[in-house]
Amino acid sequence: MAKVFIYPATSLILSDMVERWGHSPLGAALAIRERIQTPGLDSPPLQMTADDPKKGLKYAAVEVPSGVRGRMALFGPMIDEADAAIIVNDADLAFGCMGCARTNELVKYRIRSRGIPVLDLLYPRCDEDGVAFVAAIKAFLDGLSGGEA
Amino acid sequence: MSAPVRVAQLSCGPEHSGVQKEIYDAAAAVNAEMFFPDVTLNDIREAYGSFGLEARSADLQLAIARAKALVEGRVEADAVFIATCFRCAEAAIVRNELRRYIHEQSDLPVVSYSFTERTTSGTLLTRMEALTTIARRRALLAREVQEGLTMGVDSGSSTTKAIVMRDNAIIGTGWAPTTNVIGSAEEVIAAACSEAGISRDDLDAIGTTGYGRFLVGEKIGADLVQEELTVNSKGAVYLAGRQRGEATVIDIGGMDNKAISVQDGIPGTFTMGGICAGASGRFLEMTAKRLGVDITELGPLAMKGFSKEVPMNSYCIVFGTQSLVNALAAGSSAEDVAAAACHSVAEQVFEQQLQEVDIKEPVIMVGGTSLIEGLVHEMGELLQTKVIVPPHSQYIGAVGSALLASGFIRGDLG
Repeated sequence: MAKVFIYPATSLILSDMVERWGHSPLGAALAIRERIQTPGLDSPPLQMTADDPKKGLKYAAVEVPSGVRGRMALFGPMIDEADAAIIVNDADLAFGCMGCARTNELVKYRIRSRGIPVLDLLYPRCDEDGVAFVAAIKAFLDGLSGGEA
Repeated sequence: MSAPVRVAQLSCGPEHSGVQKEIYDAAAAVNAEMFFPDVTLNDIREAYGSFGLEARSADLQLAIARAKALVEGRVEADAVFIATCFRCAEAAIVRNELRRYIHEQSDLPVVSYSFTERTTSGTLLTRMEALTTIARRRALLAREVQEGLTMGVDSGSSTTKAIVMRDNAIIGTGWAPTTNVIGSAEEVIAAACSEAGISRDDLDAIGTTGYGRFLVGEKIGADLVQEELTVNSKGAVYLAGRQRGEATVIDIGGMDNKAISVQDGIPGTFTMGGICAGASGRFLEMTAKRLGVDITELGPLAMKGFSKEVPMNSYCIVFGTQSLVNALAAGSSAEDVAAAACHSVAEQVFEQQLQEVDIKEPVIMVGGTSLIEGLVHEMGELLQTKVIVPPHSQYIGAVGSALLASGFIRGDLG
């Protein structure tokens, strides 16, 4: 079973596909769940504190906006941990959304510069493309070690 | 307690910056509640297309859709708070355009703010308090005439001022540097009462404003304790005789600066900055000290000099002073250095703050720094307009407080 980072990280559809085909998805749900289940914090709604943008300094310089650094505190460690990644470009908002275009640029760059297997796809806009989209994801996941063939 | 003021939040990044709780705390401290206007995915797609600003960040697209929902009346709110990350250019464009859009298309009070992870509820408190004051006390802010015998006390970061007014006229003034907050307030109150020929027991109502407003207000039993943004706006248009129509109020204070776009004496949009001491009245105090002149002599001195002769544009009071020392060492005249210091402060206020409010004439400068002629001149040059400095402009907060406090004489406003 491979750890697969998904982009957009909030996409439940991508997360489900990764899990369905035998791998472990790394996305926003995981990162946020860890935070909201951590006792002792009182910083609703995401339980993020001013320490998070400071942790994000590992991925972006201090001159980068705090929102980008805070998001990188969530996603950066998962990108470091990932064995593979799926990037869906220009996705519809309903498919999943990261909120910040600058974070998107940095996240995609960090994924691509890791040297892990990456599936780079365009979001499908018609049924035919949708079928090919799912087939491409399945083929990619099947090709990863430990996946369900 | 009255119903909480509902403040709509349009933002990008506060949750991930870890400051959302600070925003909630600041709102709760002034009996307000933040909420995010509900919009659908279709609203976002429609708003993004029709608004015409091609923001790429989804959270900013969401903010645009929420702003449209507020302006079009699909969501009700008492005030709007727009917040985005400091140093994000895309967010700065959206923040500025949304602020302008809401200000022009609705009567909702709006404040915009760029935050870092260091932003605290304390930093946001005065802004949030001003928003809720505008929403909650419109009737009080509409007051144009002072009645009875009232006093206003402005406990500022550098100086404390008191004004006694009777039947729409100033009859007593008091001024002292702020050292001990209560002690300085007692001193100026005694001076103002003595000049007015009254005792404190004669007063019908008292108002306080400024950094020390809560402490002083509690000590002297004030009827009105109100932040300086709304109070100074009111005092400025009252003293300048511009209570009706549009105006822009600029107050360069000892610790922070305020730029307020006013309509009929009530702030519509405002900014309050305090990040860089190089753009504050404190820098001018230091300049005067270094030049060996009293602060009251700095303005006339600057009027005799040419600011362009001395390079000085530092966001930091230390580096600004360094430029000043270097210029003097290189043989620049005290007049040119004084003019350059005034230009530097005016330029930074212009660049940092006046870009965030729409400049509407007349421009009224108030506060102690408005008495520095050179600073007013430089601001007028930058804005290409004649800047009005009303009489008693250094007492602006105290005058605004005394004026508004008269609304409490019959105890019918709160």
